[in-house]
Amino acid sequence: MYKDTIDRVMEKYQGNPQEILEMLLDIQEEEKYLPKEALSCLAEKLDIPVARLYRIAKFYEALSLKPMGDCQVHVCTGTACHVRGAPRILDELSQQLGIKAGEVTPDQSFGLKTVSCVGACALGPVVVVNGEHHGDMSALKVSKMLKQYAEELKEKEKKQA
Amino acid sequence: MNRLTSKSDLERLQKELASRKEPERPVVTLCQGTGCRAYASEKIHNAFKKELASRGLTDQVSVKSTGCHGFCEQGPIVVILPDEICYCRVKPEDIPEIVETTLLEKKTVDRLLFTDPVSGEKFARESEIPFYKYQRRVIFGKNRLVDPQNIEDYIALEGYSALAHALTEMSPDKVLLEVKKANLRGRGGAGFPTGIKWETTRNTPGEKKYVIVNADEGDPGAYMDRSILEGNPHLVLEGLAIGAYAVGAREGYVFVRQEYPLALENITEAVEQAREYGLLGKNILGSGFDFDVKVKRGAGAFVSGESSALISAIEGSAGEPRPKHVNAAISGLWGKPTSLNNVETWANVPLIMKEGSDWYSGLGSDNNPGTKIFSLVGKVNNTGLIEVPMGTPLRTIIYDIGGGIKEGKKFKAVQTGGPSGGCIPEEHLDVPVDFDRLNQMGSMMGSGGMIVMDENSCMVDVAKYFMQFLMEESCGKCTSCREGIKKMHDILEKITLGEGCETDLQQLEDLAWIIENTSLCALGSTASNPVLSTLKYFREEYETHIKDKCCPAGVCKALIRYTIEPEHCNGCGRCKKVCSVDAVEGNKGSPMTINQEFCIRCGICQEACRFNAVLVE
Amino acid sequence: MITLTINGKKYEAQKGQNLLQAAIDNGIEIPHLCYHEKLPPYGGCRLCQVEVTKGEKVELTTSCTYPVSQGIQVETETPRVQKARRLVMELILTMAPDSPEIQQMARKLGIETIPGGFPSSGEKGDDCIKCGLCVRACEELVGPGSITFSSKGPERKVVPPFEEEPESCIGCGTCVHVCPTGCISMEDLGRKRKLERWKRVLSMKVCNDCSSAYIPKAQVDYYLKRTGDPYLAEWFDLCPDCR
Repeated sequence: MYKDTIDRVMEKYQGNPQEILEMLLDIQEEEKYLPKEALSCLAEKLDIPVARLYRIAKFYEALSLKPMGDCQVHVCTGTACHVRGAPRILDELSQQLGIKAGEVTPDQSFGLKTVSCVGACALGPVVVVNGEHHGDMSALKVSKMLKQYAEELKEKEKKQA
Repeated sequence: MNRLTSKSDLERLQKELASRKEPERPVVTLCQGTGCRAYASEKIHNAFKKELASRGLTDQVSVKSTGCHGFCEQGPIVVILPDEICYCRVKPEDIPEIVETTLLEKKTVDRLLFTDPVSGEKFARESEIPFYKYQRRVIFGKNRLVDPQNIEDYIALEGYSALAHALTEMSPDKVLLEVKKANLRGRGGAGFPTGIKWETTRNTPGEKKYVIVNADEGDPGAYMDRSILEGNPHLVLEGLAIGAYAVGAREGYVFVRQEYPLALENITEAVEQAREYGLLGKNILGSGFDFDVKVKRGAGAFVSGESSALISAIEGSAGEPRPKHVNAAISGLWGKPTSLNNVETWANVPLIMKEGSDWYSGLGSDNNPGTKIFSLVGKVNNTGLIEVPMGTPLRTIIYDIGGGIKEGKKFKAVQTGGPSGGCIPEEHLDVPVDFDRLNQMGSMMGSGGMIVMDENSCMVDVAKYFMQFLMEESCGKCTSCREGIKKMHDILEKITLGEGCETDLQQLEDLAWIIENTSLCALGSTASNPVLSTLKYFREEYETHIKDKCCPAGVCKALIRYTIEPEHCNGCGRCKKVCSVDAVEGNKGSPMTINQEFCIRCGICQEACRFNAVLVE
Repeated sequence: MITLTINGKKYEAQKGQNLLQAAIDNGIEIPHLCYHEKLPPYGGCRLCQVEVTKGEKVELTTSCTYPVSQGIQVETETPRVQKARRLVMELILTMAPDSPEIQQMARKLGIETIPGGFPSSGEKGDDCIKCGLCVRACEELVGPGSITFSSKGPERKVVPPFEEEPESCIGCGTCVHVCPTGCISMEDLGRKRKLERWKRVLSMKVCNDCSSAYIPKAQVDYYLKRTGDPYLAEWFDLCPDCR
């Protein structure tokens, strides 16, 4: 529950409001996103307006107020990837997943997002899925890659069931 | 490990580590930078361990993870010492052969050697490969020798000697003077002299002062800071500690992008190890100097690389730039004097201390001493991180080191300086690259991204790309940047859609003027460079888009169409299979055609075709 | 005291003061939108451009963020200043094309309509120029911090957190008063006060004497909590007219 997470985070940073960004990153790591209730609760504990947390959550790309999908597909849109065809790959992903960048599939399984340069420029174009880098991508490789992750998700679900 | 409490303690440890070294013992070094990891270099590490164990060689051969070697395109890279045999694109299944042939029979596995894509020549040793041969790797070179997660590796290579020397034999003023004399210029963008920044912080009265490592590397296409921090974090910490001593700071911060998990991991580990060895903390090496470091995470905002915005982010608010009539060197973090430099700048400091300012200024060009690390990427044969003396001509970088343009295509431009920089055309390829010359050409050094573009890159599209990037990354605080960049983007978009008109170019220039002259921070005031430089060197291409409604590079979707050349098409049907909108029509065995009504111009048919039958018009 | 020159004449200013305030104090007009004397300079609207000469350095800068110093020479009407001001105003006008306040200011700078040349900013402006005065006044002057900026770049807008009715808003109306474009409305409808833009509806306190609804209850509670003065509660039983 987010309440425990917040207690842990408050303790870790000794309730220091200068550590807000670190706290939000930690909460997101645990909760997978920043639930509204968690922000309100944290604001209360820190005795600051919740608006301040909301603003930070909306400002930084890495923070999200919505659940992001079990499998997060990040398309690097750095310059090196752009000139080597990242827009095509994004189009293909978007076409196959049926969602636009910034959206999550209705079943919450895939989230598609563009990210600014991930610093793996020599491998461009790069797609990062759940932290795994896929270098030298092409639109042709998209469907195989998505299938692989879809299967992984299914297996995970089976295990949990 | 006991804390090192004096300079002689450190020297004793260095001697001991050196005596443990067996120069003849074979060492398999594996690059564990992000690039090689993406190609599963961890699996290779395990495969080596397994293979050596099964042959009973574990005691005779060491396997070592190192930082990024720079030649990321060829990853995973394996270098076998002491002969420096370099294997590229190694796969786990290659390991038994490498162990058998190279480690036991002392021969090379030729198929895994680097093959020059133009001449076809093979090279066995890392240093002979043209990509490395023309470099001067004084900062980046140690990456391939140290395990970033092991401080003793760094110490063994005389690591922390520069700090020990500074603390015990030099006054802070003398350290400062040396950095000033070396004329080290900030590697993060504008090239401001580091010594002057430090001096201001030092001379500003106040008990508390700070030093900050800016590792919020955000320039798309540049990743040298990532690789240094991942590959040799102690080099940065040593530089930071020397700087702290010079300016009188007792606390330092390393601000790392959260998108760089390995860099975060390695620098955090390095800080802990340095503390354990007494190289950070109270009374470092018995000198009486106290200094400690905290690692902070950025959360993904390009603008937080701007110094005042980065300071806001460390203070825990939305990273918006502040007006800079008062310098951060005077009033920075929590209003205290603060010296902030990027990773590469700090990494230069130990070298200056060790080799001296005279030696350092002998490297590089006039008023641009030292080397610079560039990320050479895009449409060039050999991509990766390179380090060359300042003043090296672009042509040397792109053709000798980079091996020329991919697939024998024609060079069109090289983009330097990230979103604040510009595109440089062929006519300027012989200009030596340094801070000042790049500015003269309407571009910028930035953090050292160098993105090579060929005939298939559309310069209007590139300009639009940067405006889109900057529009999304603008913090939105000031009118000129927020509204002005958006308007520039909209005009460029209109042009790429074939809806441009004659007055558009004049409007772009007006908007560029207002953004450049009235924006609050450097993100805004340099934002128009990508547009202005492409307008300057590639105006014709803009005009073709506007007047002829045509994209000569074949990039702008609205202005191109894909067709199939019947003479080349054998009707294999691959294009038909991959097309997601069923725009490819025809029967297997006879030439296909593309129904323009359905085609969304994604280009996947062209990618799929093995007979070059799909053309762009 | 510091002496500086503005448009060729010598003036005095206080040390630590910003240039815009120094000009205002001396009766010199510099158009500005995001500056308020009770708030720290912000530098957001970029309208208050001037040209400052200090030593050999001549720079175009916003006067609100420029700290005065001895001997600087300031020009408020050079062609460069006028060009910058006009172009910035054109950008502002596309955000608030229907605001009479902004229209009047633009007219003063010689702009009659939205300049034909510039494409308008897409969706019809809601007249908010994102100067942040309301946000800053709410947090820094009044205290509740009930509204904030959301997002970056052109997406940036002023909203209550989660774009939902902000419980902490006390309905004091400070945001309404400081807004330079008049884009925040506040309506008193019988015993309710409504701030449409923030989706905020508040119940009003009624005067014990004349029964007029004169102040939001939340505002009274906020003052009582802030001051901790129990006698103040009685004071609020009567409206200003009946006290």
